[in-house]
Amino acid sequence: MLNQLFPNVDWGKMLDATYETVYMTAVATVITFILGILIGIVLFLTSDNQLWANKIVHFLTGSLVNIFRSIPFIVLIILLIPFTKFLLGTIRGANAALPALIIGAAPFYARMVLIALREIDKGVIEAARSMGAKTSTIIWKVLIPESLPALISGITVTAVALVGYTAMAGIIGAGGLGNLAFLDGFQRNRTDVTLMATVLILVVVFIIQYIGDFITVKVDKR
Amino acid sequence: MIDIQNITKVYNTKNGELTAVDNVSLSIKKGEIYGIIGYSGAGKSTMIRLLNGLEKPSTGSVIVGGQDISKASGAKLREARQKISMIFQHFNLLWSRTVEENIAFPLEIAGVSKTQREKRVEELIELVGLKGRGKAYPSQLSGGQKQRVGIARALANNPEVLLCDEATSALDPETTDSILELLLDINKKIGLTIVLITHEMHVIRKICNRVAVMEEGKVVEQGDVLQVFQNPQAPITKNFVSQASGETQEMQASLEQILANYPAGKIAKLTFAEATTEQPVISQMIKQFDVVVNIVHGKISNTTGGSFGTLFIHIDGEQHEVEKALNFLTKQEIQTEVIEHA
Ligand SMILES: Nc1ncnc2c1ncn2[C@@H]1O[C@H](COP(=O)(O)OP(=O)(O)O)[C@@H](O)[C@H]1O
Ligand SMILES: [Mg+2]
Repeated sequence: MLNQLFPNVDWGKMLDATYETVYMTAVATVITFILGILIGIVLFLTSDNQLWANKIVHFLTGSLVNIFRSIPFIVLIILLIPFTKFLLGTIRGANAALPALIIGAAPFYARMVLIALREIDKGVIEAARSMGAKTSTIIWKVLIPESLPALISGITVTAVALVGYTAMAGIIGAGGLGNLAFLDGFQRNRTDVTLMATVLILVVVFIIQYIGDFITVKVDKR
Repeated sequence: MIDIQNITKVYNTKNGELTAVDNVSLSIKKGEIYGIIGYSGAGKSTMIRLLNGLEKPSTGSVIVGGQDISKASGAKLREARQKISMIFQHFNLLWSRTVEENIAFPLEIAGVSKTQREKRVEELIELVGLKGRGKAYPSQLSGGQKQRVGIARALANNPEVLLCDEATSALDPETTDSILELLLDINKKIGLTIVLITHEMHVIRKICNRVAVMEEGKVVEQGDVLQVFQNPQAPITKNFVSQASGETQEMQASLEQILANYPAGKIAKLTFAEATTEQPVISQMIKQFDVVVNIVHGKISNTTGGSFGTLFIHIDGEQHEVEKALNFLTKQEIQTEVIEHA
């Protein structure tokens, strides 16, 4: 039945490609989550009237974030080819996509982290300070827990965007469903392969969105 | 306990320098409840934040429990803050933590072990009357309950001083009274020094021993609460006192009405202390002088230092008789103030 509808689909290849897409998205999401929170916290704490208020650091970090956020992803991949080659010795395969995915997504997520942290009630941070909390305690026990729903919904949006990025990275040879759709589907004129790859990408996106929404609701006690 | 010497706090704002606290000196004794009252923008919050080093004074010094808070920093300041805790108008609880976890937070900061924390949290929940609510989240509590959590959290590390920044201003009158009673209770039980700021004289009257009145960054009047209530000096203090004695606009209007109806007579406001409340001064006055007296409004107020009464009377008769009658009242140690048209 499926084989009649999708005569040209090689299911083994399709499964491998799905795995690669999930792998690239998962690794990039985890690293983006950590990096984005780190950069977001630096941006937040160096803003005016905050614990590390520092105009220069804030400006430099903010500029870097803005620059990388503004470069179109496809251009970023090309710009990063030498860097990736230097780092991994190749520009093919799932791992080769990771530097571009992370550098593309982390600044995007860092902005969302900054917005999430700004939403925290200033009074709560002040209360923690009045109890004698160290900055590290404020980060771990106030900033992150109090902004968690927004941090989770932000990383969900970012992960969905990353699925799209992996598809683009696939076109220049990084593997995954995008790569399969382009090489086996588009270039060989096998529409059924392109269609199946698209369906699987959508399934991955829906699962990410579902998990993200579930956790967001779960951690929100407001 | 707290010694504030000539502190000034200047903020640099876009519109130039702003003096939020202007050369204030205060001394607060161990175990007392000290109130600071003033209208919004008077500099009260800035003042109280200087006491735990959340703000640094531009000049002057703040000594709390023998330590100069204005010069402390880093670990020293953080340690000092564990003994100077604070509660807030909007409670400032962590919504991500349950009641128990909120109360445990300062204990975590102080490095108290888990078993010790659990024990202390249980005691505190009991103390503030929240038994059975330990697993609730702040969003499931009423305002009064939230402030109880705030108080429990503030008491966790056995502080020496409790700072209250408008702690009851977001609560309805009944809840305000129950929170004030809790504070008074804690003050008596553990001898905690409390500094509270408010814009409601009612709060001062209810629990404070002494009061300072702030206006535009300056302390314009300070003293025992009873004495300030009976004999306010600064115009702003008079305003606050009449606010607390229930002298509403409605009453102002009825005074105006009486002044209009009896152009000949005078309206006097009498303030008397506890001792004089028992003597029949008014009837003595009517007997001795040829005057007619009409009572407009009367009220007795309690403070922690004793009670006092205020009475508004309309008094009519020959001018020199009226004057003699008013003199008589003054001699009885009753503060007499003739009210003119507003
Ligand atoms: N961080 C700040 N920067 C600049 N101005 C401030 C700051 N905090 C308070 N002020 C100003 O100081 C004055 C006193 O404020 P505040 O102490 O909050 O008064 P209150 O608590 O009596 O309402 C106000 O005019 C306020 O705008
Ligand atoms: Mg204030």
